[in-house]
Amino acid sequence: MVTIHIDGLPYEVEEGQNLLQACLSRGLNLPYFCWHPALGSVGACRQCAVKRFKSEKDERGEIIMACMTPAEAGVRISIDDPEVAAFRKSVIEWLMLNHPHDCPVCDEGGECHLQDMTVMTGHAYRENRFKKRTYPNQYLGAFLNHEMNRCIQCYRCVRYYHDYAGAGDLNVFASRDHVYFGRGRAGRLESGFSGNLVEICPTGVFTDKTLGRHYTRKWDLQTAPSVCVHCALGCNTIPGSRYGELRRVRNRYNHEVNGYFLCDRGRYGYEFVNCDRRIRAPLVRTSRGVEQVLVSTEDALKSAAAMLSERRKVIGIGSPRASLESNFALLRLVGPKNFHAGISDKELEVLNLIRDVLCLGAARTPTLSETAEAGAVFVLGEDVSNSAPLLALNLRQLPRRKAEIAMAKVKIPPWNDAPIQRIAEFEKGSLYIASPCATGLDEVASKSFHGDISELARLGFAVASVLDPANAPGVEGLTEKEKIRAGEIASALGGAARPLIVSGAGCASLALIEAAANICTALGKIGGQPQIFFALPEANSLGLALLGAAGGLETACSALRSGRADTVVVIENDLFRRCAEEKAIALFDSAKYLVAIDHLINPTTSKADLVLPAAAFAEASGTLVNNEGRAQRFYRVLVPEFEVKESWRWIRDIMRFLGRSEAEKWHRLDDLSVAMAALNPLFAGLVSVAPDADFRLAGGKIPRQAPRYSGRTAMRAHIDVFEQPPPDDPDTPLTFSMEGDPRQPPPSLIPRYWAPGWNSVQALNKFQQEIGGPLRGKDPGVRLIEPIPQARTEYFRDVPASAPKAEGEMSLIPLHHIFGSEELSALSPGVAELCPQPYVALNPEDASFLGLFEGALAKVGVEGLTCCLSVRIVPSLPRAVAGLPVGLRGAPVFELPASGTVVREATDE
Amino acid sequence: MLTREELAEMDVELAHYEQKRGGCIEALKVLQRRRGWISDQSLAELADFLEMSVDDLDSVATFYNLIFRKPVGRHVILVCDSVSCWATGCEQILDYLAETLGITLGQTTADRRFTLLPNACLGACDHAPALMIDADLHGDLRRQKIDEILARYE
Amino acid sequence: MERPLTENIRPGQFPPGIVDYERAGGYRALRKVLADADPGGLIKTVTDSHLRGRGGAGFPTGRKWSFVPRGEQAVHPVYLIINADEMEPGTFKDRLLLEGNPHQLIEGIIIAGYAIEADTAFIFLRREYTLAEHRCARAIAEACERGYLGRDILGSGFSLDVYLHSSAGRYICGEETALLNALEGRRAIPRAKPPFPPVTGLWGKPTIVNNVETICNVPQIAEHGADRFRALSNSVDGGTKLYGVSGRVKKPGLWELPMGASIREILEEHAGGMKDGWALRAIMPGGASTEFLPADRLDVKMDFDSVEAAGSRLGTGTMIVLDDRTCPVGMILNLMRFFARESCGWCTPCREGLPWLVRTLEAIENGEGQAADMEILHRHTGLLGPGHTFCALAPGAVEPLQSGLALFEEDFLRHIRQKSCPWK
Ligand SMILES: Cc1cc2nc3c(=O)[nH]c(=O)nc-3n(C[C@H](O)[C@H](O)[C@H](O)COP(=O)(O)O)c2cc1C
Ligand code: SF4
Ligand code: FES
Repeated sequence: MVTIHIDGLPYEVEEGQNLLQACLSRGLNLPYFCWHPALGSVGACRQCAVKRFKSEKDERGEIIMACMTPAEAGVRISIDDPEVAAFRKSVIEWLMLNHPHDCPVCDEGGECHLQDMTVMTGHAYRENRFKKRTYPNQYLGAFLNHEMNRCIQCYRCVRYYHDYAGAGDLNVFASRDHVYFGRGRAGRLESGFSGNLVEICPTGVFTDKTLGRHYTRKWDLQTAPSVCVHCALGCNTIPGSRYGELRRVRNRYNHEVNGYFLCDRGRYGYEFVNCDRRIRAPLVRTSRGVEQVLVSTEDALKSAAAMLSERRKVIGIGSPRASLESNFALLRLVGPKNFHAGISDKELEVLNLIRDVLCLGAARTPTLSETAEAGAVFVLGEDVSNSAPLLALNLRQLPRRKAEIAMAKVKIPPWNDAPIQRIAEFEKGSLYIASPCATGLDEVASKSFHGDISELARLGFAVASVLDPANAPGVEGLTEKEKIRAGEIASALGGAARPLIVSGAGCASLALIEAAANICTALGKIGGQPQIFFALPEANSLGLALLGAAGGLETACSALRSGRADTVVVIENDLFRRCAEEKAIALFDSAKYLVAIDHLINPTTSKADLVLPAAAFAEASGTLVNNEGRAQRFYRVLVPEFEVKESWRWIRDIMRFLGRSEAEKWHRLDDLSVAMAALNPLFAGLVSVAPDADFRLAGGKIPRQAPRYSGRTAMRAHIDVFEQPPPDDPDTPLTFSMEGDPRQPPPSLIPRYWAPGWNSVQALNKFQQEIGGPLRGKDPGVRLIEPIPQARTEYFRDVPASAPKAEGEMSLIPLHHIFGSEELSALSPGVAELCPQPYVALNPEDASFLGLFEGALAKVGVEGLTCCLSVRIVPSLPRAVAGLPVGLRGAPVFELPASGTVVREATDE
Repeated sequence: MLTREELAEMDVELAHYEQKRGGCIEALKVLQRRRGWISDQSLAELADFLEMSVDDLDSVATFYNLIFRKPVGRHVILVCDSVSCWATGCEQILDYLAETLGITLGQTTADRRFTLLPNACLGACDHAPALMIDADLHGDLRRQKIDEILARYE
Repeated sequence: MERPLTENIRPGQFPPGIVDYERAGGYRALRKVLADADPGGLIKTVTDSHLRGRGGAGFPTGRKWSFVPRGEQAVHPVYLIINADEMEPGTFKDRLLLEGNPHQLIEGIIIAGYAIEADTAFIFLRREYTLAEHRCARAIAEACERGYLGRDILGSGFSLDVYLHSSAGRYICGEETALLNALEGRRAIPRAKPPFPPVTGLWGKPTIVNNVETICNVPQIAEHGADRFRALSNSVDGGTKLYGVSGRVKKPGLWELPMGASIREILEEHAGGMKDGWALRAIMPGGASTEFLPADRLDVKMDFDSVEAAGSRLGTGTMIVLDDRTCPVGMILNLMRFFARESCGWCTPCREGLPWLVRTLEAIENGEGQAADMEILHRHTGLLGPGHTFCALAPGAVEPLQSGLALFEEDFLRHIRQKSCPWK
């Protein structure tokens, strides 16, 4: 820290930070455009001008750009100096020369950084009397609108999209006052991170198309803190609703998790909440084979009580996409021995192994944001671009980290973007990738290698054994090339500060996870500080594993078939996505009763004897545990008009109906946290994940509506013009109202970013301790798992053999897609457009050997299950390995990896 | 497809640069010399060769005024419109050219013979007003002289 | 009078080939430098010679060279770049040196390269200088053939490659950091400083950028020493200077004169004074981005400090003459159009401010000016000043405007009052 003087007052600021960041961190208002904490400074917009004085006596001073000047001890600057204030006003005036002033019809209006800065600088009257320049706009796909005339040429979009997210299809064209930001030709933006442009653009050039379809001003959106449900990383979000509908999702900053960005699956997957497949009321079927009929809640509970009475032997099937509370309630309803994870036995085994590795830990798992700081990274077997998108975005910054270190030697600070970017562009990260086929990150990796899963695992084991040859199990029969490869990776990891091993459940392979754990154990033994990070499939996969299940679906099936059970309760889980259709049907057919609690009609709910409408994430509050073991609370943003409620509430009500005293104590969400913490020491931290429901800010609840929320009596005028009391919300310290204390709530309860004068997303600055650093207070979430250092010193010793394949046999492996592999997001129209059609991926040589080509039909067979799929040629796929996409609609569910056959489909010609 | 000759010529230029993309302006010029202008097709082929995205290359190409992203005539006339030429009458020269060729700045004659473009100071201020046609500089312009000059370009 | 820079130049004729150049004493300086084998000493000689950059900014050349990290800190490759982008309106001096005696430039490059221990040199040549391109390419080939370039030059152990890069247009490429981006195959956007090119330049490596005329002075300094070079000058800056005049003078042209020749001498003796029937109103002493000096300042000496003291800049030393039959508003409009068109589009004041000035000046010139327009013009001369913009283009652009508003205020007002241009 050093002391600098701003307008005569001393401030303690971080040394070397740029002055703009320093001023903002100290709570001062200094306008800016081109600077962004995640992108650094380039000095283009000239909006952050301040005056610098040489000494106390210097009265003239000189104008400098705060964003380009490091804070050094004794620096004297002025923000208020009239000359520099006039200059900043002129910058807005220039930017407004060609701006269309179309705020009333602009989707950015009301949360526009340009509006805020215009007011802040005081520019109000227009002296320019000449014609404005105009541009054509482009179609950019389902997610973003483009309105180039609003552009103020801050260059942030290219710097984010091209430099940061690494995509090549958006750029700046032409020069002088003709610069154009967009694609070379109109067309869908190709990056899976395009939605961040909405928040990166300081004005209304890039706006959210999905919001635009049912547009609402920011101040009319009811918002609450939430957590993304579309993968296991647990990015923090702020969904916004109006008239009982979800309207958009925005980033919620969490320094330790997602920082400033979201992926498009997370941002645009939300529309499933509004979709017409929602279940709005309980449904009952009186006997198999007849239609389900609507019933009242009362009758539904009666039916449930009958189906789940004492006489029945009930098992529960939980879900990795349901909250911890809902899974826990189910577990209590059926008893731990009868609680099953809603995934296959094999997947559960993988998940449990990951949980054990994390808990007993060969290594600590880093936070998502820490992954960008690793000295070297080895990605083993996981296609993180598709299964953990924001992790991929972080790993993309590895070349940049290298460039920052190089530039630090010539005293260039990390925020000085241009020189660093110029080097980073040609750097590779200390990143090594071993995956079944090419991934989106290969282009920034030092080395990438593709092979069958067992080969990848063997490579992992080999790396461990190079690092600790005395103790780690060796790998038999490696080729010279494989040995060199293992050696190279081992030396990169061994020589790096905080090396990171990334793996995951994507390949559903125990050996991969064991290999990853062994590398960490070995690194630990040689005195390193290894970190391990697992990508997991769903929002609460790890929560489910921590809760502990008696088994997976096969276990549940055999319980029913053997008569040990006769009734099933499934929550928030479509088992038809989890196993082969026949298996699911068999499971249900052998049950006397099937009770399903879910928010969407799906094949499972259609089979059910009783269906209870569950609240989707936006209508519920609860807790999810991300892949790091971080428990995070999400809050409801809207109150559904129908009989929709959290799964745990349905289960509680059933239990109460059945006279189960335990449930009598479950009044609100917090009670379940307390119960979980009491029963399982792993969940001790749950009670401090977020302030409890009694928390009050200056005696009041925290409003979900902005003070400017309009039409609160009018919007109910068809019922009653008198103002209604806000809906009850016993679970949270938030209220569905605009009344409340305007002060900043604790970080986990921040419903929106706003500060006086700061209506745009940039208001976030006012919520951080230092700009770009942790939130004031503490970043949301509690890590449930902090391993005892070096608890695991044992190596896994089951090195897989390099299995020779029989003639005609293929290794079938799962492939993941950012759009399509995840169930809920795929129901949003924009995302649905991007989901691929089912296919089978083949190496070109295999394909030509089989007489197949791109688009041809192939018959894929695994364990008696066959299906016809169109062929996609993937050159990076190894020979004798075929890839099948996971989770796509319209494709049969194979349990992968497996060995099987691919042959040409006979067509009559 | 880039021709063998084009590739050979580019390879010579690219050898001087630390990164392949460093030679992208040279490569654009090679292609323009041979093809007259840089069509979308040419741009895509070149981007592929240089291992750049098409938009990255176009971002560079559109910055420079002497890389033509629209078709031009067989001969390109660059008329200096900077201060010394202006002070000595380049506007009259331009008017005359426009009248003679029947086109205005930025246009190409119907027979694709000439494209008329304004240009920054040609560094021939001691012979102002001046213009260039293709690689040839012509100074001390007067009306009659222009007729003679134009006649040399078919 | 000595003309070391141009004595071997015969305008309108072929430049000396390598044989003629050698016969006239060429490459002797290089041999001497290689024999002395003292790069540090050479930099000191250049520093002592008071050679200041001829590209416009007048930075002391020896000092610039001394910023390249040496010895322990040395990073290689080191690049030397010759700025031959000459696009400043009214400037045509480098063309003469490039077309007239390319070997002189090449010898200068090798010597300068030796001083800064460069590995590679680029000549960044504007596209329109096709004759220069041709001649330089040929001279480079000849020099390579004779062993003056390439591996192990004349057995000294020093190696240097020289490449010719012809640009694709745009005035901003002449700004030295934008030039680096252009050479890296990027948009020619200037770079922020720090990092400074001598430490982190082309491809992140130490790089010196020098003007053609600057480098052409190097051989004679290396050969005859600093004292002799300083003695050539009539001022504190060393050497001779190429001075030029364009506009309505009798003999527009270029002359090599001792640094510090007076405007009067250049204008009246060498350019032959104004054409008959035209009177002098003002001059821009050093190209389009220098302030107008009124006709009564003819005794100002054309060296860096004297012109600055008179309220303008020496710039490139090629002056543009404004006569009494040319509308000063029109002239300033023309200049502003140039700068607005050549703005790179990176920083707000230049990208947006210059076009606004253009439109305002257009309105005045076309008789649609308003009294408030003057305020806008005045305001911008300060707002686009040094430090306010990202590079020196916009500050340079408003220099003629600022001085023009003071000198020709009445002309502006007349346009506005009579709603037309008095010269039309
Ligand atoms: C907009 C702009 C254009 C410039 N154009 C040129 C040019 O064409 N030639 C040149 O030598 N210097 C030009 N300069 C100056 C260079 O940036 C740089 O100062 C010069 O090349 C350094 O060489 P010197 O030290 O030998 O003068 C320009 C500067 C600016 C700001
Ligand atoms: S002043 Fe700004 S916009 Fe103008 S050329 Fe320089 S950097 Fe580009
Ligand atoms: S924020 Fe500093 S110049 Fe743009």
